[in-house]
Amino acid sequence: MKFSYYPGCTLKTKAKELDRYARESAQALGIDLCELPEWQCCGAVYPMASDEIATKLSAVRALADAKKEGGELVTLCSACHHVIKRVNGDMQSNSDMRGKVNRYLQLEEEYAGETTVLHYLEMLRDRVGWSELKKKVTAPLKGRKIGAYYGCLLLRPAKEMQFDNPENPSILEDFIAAIGATPVKYPYRNECCGGYVVVEDKEAPKKKSGNVLRSAEKHGAEAVVTACPLCMYNLEENSAETGVSVYYFTELLAEALGLKKGGGAQ
Amino acid sequence: MQRIGVFVCWCGSNIAATVDVAAVAEAVKNEPGVVLATDYQYMCSEVGQTKIQDAIKEHGLTGVVVCSCSPRMHEATFRKTAAAAGLNPYMVEIANIREQCSWIHKDKAEGTEKAIILAKAAIAKLNLNAPLTAGESPVVKRALVIGGGIAGIQTALDIADAGYEVDIVEKSPTIGGKMAQLDKTFPTLDCAACILTPKMVDAAQHEKIHLYTYSEVEKISGFVGNFTVDIRKKARNVKEDLCTGCGVCTEKCPSRKAKSEFNMGLNTRGAIYVPFAQAVPNIPVIDHEACIHYKTGKCGLCEKSCPSHAIDFEQQDEIITQQYGAIIAATGFNPISLENFDEFGYADNPDVVTSLEFERLMNAAGPTKGVLLRPSDGKHPKTLVFVQCVGSRDTTDCGKPYCSKICCMYTAKHAMLVREKYPDTEVYVFYIDVRTPGKNFDEFQRRAVEQYGVNYVKGMVGKVAEEDGVLKVQASDLISGTQMHIDADMVILAAAIEPDKSARPLATMLTASMDTNDFFTEAHPKLRPVESPTAGVFLSGVCQGPKDIPETVAQAGAAASKVIGLLAKDKLTCNPCVAGSNELLCNGCSACQNVCPYGAIEYVEKEINDHGVRETRRVAQVNEAVCQGCGACTVTCPSGAMDLKGFTNQQIMAEVDAICR
Repeated sequence: MKFSYYPGCTLKTKAKELDRYARESAQALGIDLCELPEWQCCGAVYPMASDEIATKLSAVRALADAKKEGGELVTLCSACHHVIKRVNGDMQSNSDMRGKVNRYLQLEEEYAGETTVLHYLEMLRDRVGWSELKKKVTAPLKGRKIGAYYGCLLLRPAKEMQFDNPENPSILEDFIAAIGATPVKYPYRNECCGGYVVVEDKEAPKKKSGNVLRSAEKHGAEAVVTACPLCMYNLEENSAETGVSVYYFTELLAEALGLKKGGGAQ
Repeated sequence: MQRIGVFVCWCGSNIAATVDVAAVAEAVKNEPGVVLATDYQYMCSEVGQTKIQDAIKEHGLTGVVVCSCSPRMHEATFRKTAAAAGLNPYMVEIANIREQCSWIHKDKAEGTEKAIILAKAAIAKLNLNAPLTAGESPVVKRALVIGGGIAGIQTALDIADAGYEVDIVEKSPTIGGKMAQLDKTFPTLDCAACILTPKMVDAAQHEKIHLYTYSEVEKISGFVGNFTVDIRKKARNVKEDLCTGCGVCTEKCPSRKAKSEFNMGLNTRGAIYVPFAQAVPNIPVIDHEACIHYKTGKCGLCEKSCPSHAIDFEQQDEIITQQYGAIIAATGFNPISLENFDEFGYADNPDVVTSLEFERLMNAAGPTKGVLLRPSDGKHPKTLVFVQCVGSRDTTDCGKPYCSKICCMYTAKHAMLVREKYPDTEVYVFYIDVRTPGKNFDEFQRRAVEQYGVNYVKGMVGKVAEEDGVLKVQASDLISGTQMHIDADMVILAAAIEPDKSARPLATMLTASMDTNDFFTEAHPKLRPVESPTAGVFLSGVCQGPKDIPETVAQAGAAASKVIGLLAKDKLTCNPCVAGSNELLCNGCSACQNVCPYGAIEYVEKEINDHGVRETRRVAQVNEAVCQGCGACTVTCPSGAMDLKGFTNQQIMAEVDAICR
């Protein structure tokens, strides 16, 4: 299996573990992740203004490059996935935007949303399959009680992201079960961590992330996993009052595949 | 040659704004057969109709073309007009220049051109019309009501009181429907059982009403005045003629795991059970899924304990075939499933309940004997949060786009009753809008706010999360623009209502039309609200659209009066536009018989004289009393033997020619 791979800026700086263990695990699973040669920032935030084109351009560049390389692009960071997936949707359905973007970019070949955008988790679920993954696990995380933390960017808006049921998702729980751990379902797993508000006001994410971690702890989770560097930041910053640790899901994946030492010691 | 008069209607500005009506009249005045072409503001008005009648007499017209609205609207009107002036009513043709022209065009030149073409097509067809005479068919003086809720019961009682036989077919073991499950009814707060159960008894004891409970309609054929219906009477495994309703069997039954449907699964019942104490008929039924005897072959305690030997494990379903003149759909509704609304945590938390479940929790005959207790731990709840519009007015794909209409009122009722019974409670109601039109309705809701101190909050609940036995409710208060966090003991969801699942297959059997939400469509949204467009089929209650009890009862009575009007006739005028087979051309292939939805075509062996050659052939014969003139056979017939009176192949071709000219 071979996919184009879009890591994104944060994975090269603050979230190196997310990236590193994703690549190592993919290799162990027999998946060839080919990093796009000249990727740029995804745009970081999907612009809500419908006439905003400029900040969508770099996502289209990545998508168009992936189209040339087989047409399947794997993303990992929740924010990048969110932006690239939605921009791709716009390129498919919004003819006005498609025209403007193509006229501006002057690509060799016009781009109209042909690339399939897959989150790493979707790749595991839909291409590898949970039962296959289970077979490849060499060091199952037996007895570990792990809560899935989805955040919002992967799930919403549900119609565009087509990722999972936004109110009752299961993909991360299935992942946790596949690597041999016990998934802990808790009600705040799909709530926002506080997101970018942290830049202006530290109190809001403190409250929001605190709720998430307390809820996870109350339901018996010893750790939660996320796919998002921003969630990771907010959760870690506010995890002091609970005993819940926070991991990228790829860290636990690597651990289960025997690529990383257990217990989360770093 | 025909002498045709063309009458172009303005329909006020409905047609005249987009179609130059005078130009249409002018353009067709030299068409073959046309002796008069004129226009008028309202052709359907008395003055307009008189114009047509005067012209028929003055110009000796043999045919009339009215360019106006859809024939479904006024074809019957203009046929009557023509008949009153001595013309055969089937010499009237309608050119639909409203629905199919003026309403869908914006450009007047385009609209006018199309109207002229439509008028020319109608004239071309009329030139080939021949007078038709309608036959008559008898009316079976018996009505079938499908559904035994308050709608069906009321319709049946009204029809029966007029002296006609009525059968009620109800799929569950008792009549009563949803109303029987309710506690109190708004806006007067009289108890539902007190006003419903006497009606159930009336229906059961009425000499003209026959109840088929635990029964379903399986097959419907025929047409208005003469439907034939197969009813499957499911085996109760209790002999109705022997059972005295003593209840010993239901007490003895050792199987106690099945959820009580009547109590919305809040408690359990035996495998042999009566849904509730006041059920009509008071005859138990055995649930094979739960019954130990059917699962293991053992037990049989009910059989042994029955003092009247009424238990019959061998009893089989029975098919009853019956003739009816009219059929009334009263199939009712159900709350929607909440699987698309996981944010409220309904599936995970027993203390998050639907409003119908809440009715049972508040009901004196319910699982808690009317004492409000939380399902999870049986404790008295102190803080209750009601959420309205759960799946109603929902433009995402999760719920229903329509307003369920009853939720604002029953939620106000619930909130009020809780506050009255338990003054120590704090009650919140989250709403998008409060919609309480209806007699004494708004006053009722205001009382909940002003007298009972219910906290009405405009906004929506976004999440219900259980933590240590407390329901953490996250919501937005749209008026103050703030987020709210409430620690609640119970959350009550006003789930949208949808038509019962049995409505769609029934509509197929009846060839009755439905809207995109599976509500039955009425023949006219304003003027014929209780009739289906399918002749002889009537609509009662929520199967036509969301309604509360007063409206349902009113509509049920209206449907009954329409049925009585039909049954009062001894004979119905048949549609003379029926199919007929040219026996010389028929090759006996049976294709027409296979497509006929009414079973109107039969094949007979017949001696045919084909240009001097006499031979016995198998040929199609149409039963004109059964044929509804749909035309399916005429287009199917490979040899062109089948033709439809009033819509002959020749006439249709003439229309097409006129359009293509």
